[in-house]
Amino acid sequence: MQAWFFTEMPYPHLPPMEEMSTMRVSLPSKHFDPKVGADLYNRYLDEYMIADDLGLNMVLNEHHQTATCMDTCVPLTAAILARQTSKGRICILGNPIANRGDPIRIAEEMAMIDCISRGRLDAGFVRGVPYEVFAANSNPTQTVERLWEGIDLCIKAWTTTDGPFNFEGQFTHRRAINIWPRPLQSPHPQVWITGSSDLENIKRAASRGITFATFLQPHTKVKWMFDAYRSAHVDTGMPDGGGTSYMPLVFVGDNMEEAEKGAKALTWYLDAKTEPQYRNPPGYVPVDFNVAALKGTFTGRTEAMRKQSIEYLKDQGVLIYGTPDDVVKQIKRLHDLTGGLDNLLMMMQAGFLDHASTVKNMTLFAKEVYPQIRDLPRSQPLNVKAAAE
Amino acid sequence: MTSADMKSRLMNVGGVELEVDIRGSGSPLLLLSSEDQLENHLPLVDALAKTHQVIIPTPPGFGHSPRPDWMTNVDDISYVYLDLIESLKLPKVDIVGFSLGGWIAAEMATKDDSFIGKLVLVDAYGVKIGGPFDVDIEDMWTQHPDKVAAWKWHDTAKGKRDFAGMSDDQLTVVAQNIETFARYCWEPYMHNPKLKRRLHRIKTPTMVIWGANDSLTKPAYGKAYAELISGAKFETIASAGHFPHIEQPDAFMKTLNGFLA
Repeated sequence: MQAWFFTEMPYPHLPPMEEMSTMRVSLPSKHFDPKVGADLYNRYLDEYMIADDLGLNMVLNEHHQTATCMDTCVPLTAAILARQTSKGRICILGNPIANRGDPIRIAEEMAMIDCISRGRLDAGFVRGVPYEVFAANSNPTQTVERLWEGIDLCIKAWTTTDGPFNFEGQFTHRRAINIWPRPLQSPHPQVWITGSSDLENIKRAASRGITFATFLQPHTKVKWMFDAYRSAHVDTGMPDGGGTSYMPLVFVGDNMEEAEKGAKALTWYLDAKTEPQYRNPPGYVPVDFNVAALKGTFTGRTEAMRKQSIEYLKDQGVLIYGTPDDVVKQIKRLHDLTGGLDNLLMMMQAGFLDHASTVKNMTLFAKEVYPQIRDLPRSQPLNVKAAAE
Repeated sequence: MTSADMKSRLMNVGGVELEVDIRGSGSPLLLLSSEDQLENHLPLVDALAKTHQVIIPTPPGFGHSPRPDWMTNVDDISYVYLDLIESLKLPKVDIVGFSLGGWIAAEMATKDDSFIGKLVLVDAYGVKIGGPFDVDIEDMWTQHPDKVAAWKWHDTAKGKRDFAGMSDDQLTVVAQNIETFARYCWEPYMHNPKLKRRLHRIKTPTMVIWGANDSLTKPAYGKAYAELISGAKFETIASAGHFPHIEQPDAFMKTLNGFLA
């Protein structure tokens, strides 16, 4: 099992939660103090460098117009870390290719980062969470098509080394595509994709050897998605290519009291507020989900986790916390319950969790937890017989 | 809803499947409903069906009309509806379009108005009047649903829909309509940048009817829209928002009948 450090780079110094209707999309930027922001950027980058020193991998993402995430341009942070770290893998999870468009520019950026980092890049692509469509003004009914057209074009651009080609697709029209540089890893960096419900999309990723990742979901739902992935991955050489990835909140403490305190600080992320129209833009989820929403039986992923106790979240595998040995047990349980977990993506910093606590969390994990879980077996294709054929 | 002479069928129009209701008899009238399809079962349809053959098509992706992948904007819908008129072999047709339906009607008329008797646009979307920083049509997708309802309705109680009392099929249509509306109208938001430059082509007698209290598409926008169509009349309905035919059906019908007569 590979372990990855993650912070979403929050800006938590906001008016009281009860005075805000939303932390995303429309919270005025007068609440952002650039001097405080400058300190936070540098602190978060330091934490990634410490993670690298400790032997952890790094996972980065971007969001827009939100206090929950100050990283608005993940190729920038990845480029900084490509130069300032030396050991761990750097996973961009991901490039918001459906919202950003311009897959060729993304292909160039990834190739450059891969070269600077000397082949340490994992290049993820995301459809983008619902509220992202507003900042990007991308049509929410077409994000899946835009995602796949972008991924296909990006991979074609990385792997075409004998001169230019033209592309006339549904969303992108380009001529004389011929990117310089090309990636250091051959044929290209490992591609990752995220998902939270769409099984067809997950199977499509699996059949191409793309690594699958999902975040902050109950373990039963994680297994449901992982099984879909494993069932479709029989032809492409698992466990060598692709794999399963999951992100819980993680806090490791010297004792239970310290761990609970850290765990509670991390749940800031789950309590982040968003107005209803941003949570479910028209056509973002399939029609049957919206029928359920009209009946009041579907409220979205993070809504289901809001205001739950840390004990409940721990049982669900959404929040892992305790002493190092407790945490080892919880990770092994999660590995069993999900049928095999290859990449543990850990949100180890959120909200007001300070630098010292974050570093202690990472250090305890790297020194006392990671050695005990590193050799957990890789995910296997579900249909072993078909895989052998 | 169950008028004896009501027919609902799926028609194939130029390779596109369209759900089409045809009710009543008399001179043909094409009724183009709003994005929420609130009009299809209103008493005003029965009233019109007494003197007209009322034809109510459902655009691809709304109701039970499937949406082919290539259809991405309102311009596409207008061509399919022109095919529909041709296939029904109607010599002269009045058109009444509500909200999105008004936009479709305007698009149709700019392409060919030779078959149109009279044209009525009610609180229609479709054109951009102001500059890049001007809000012509309030953004109903970035604001709280309660605020959007207050924009649309003079009396928000009249806009309440009983989702709990709907069947799964009805709810599927509601969800489908919400999705398809965004597919067609997300960007450019609620307008075709070309339409403003084409409206001068409409020579048919036109009336633009507007809710005096419409805060989504304000009366000033409706008046500017009407001024782009030569000779178009502009009338407002008092104490009504974006759906004057629902909030003030009597006043609306009086204005409509006065024009169609």
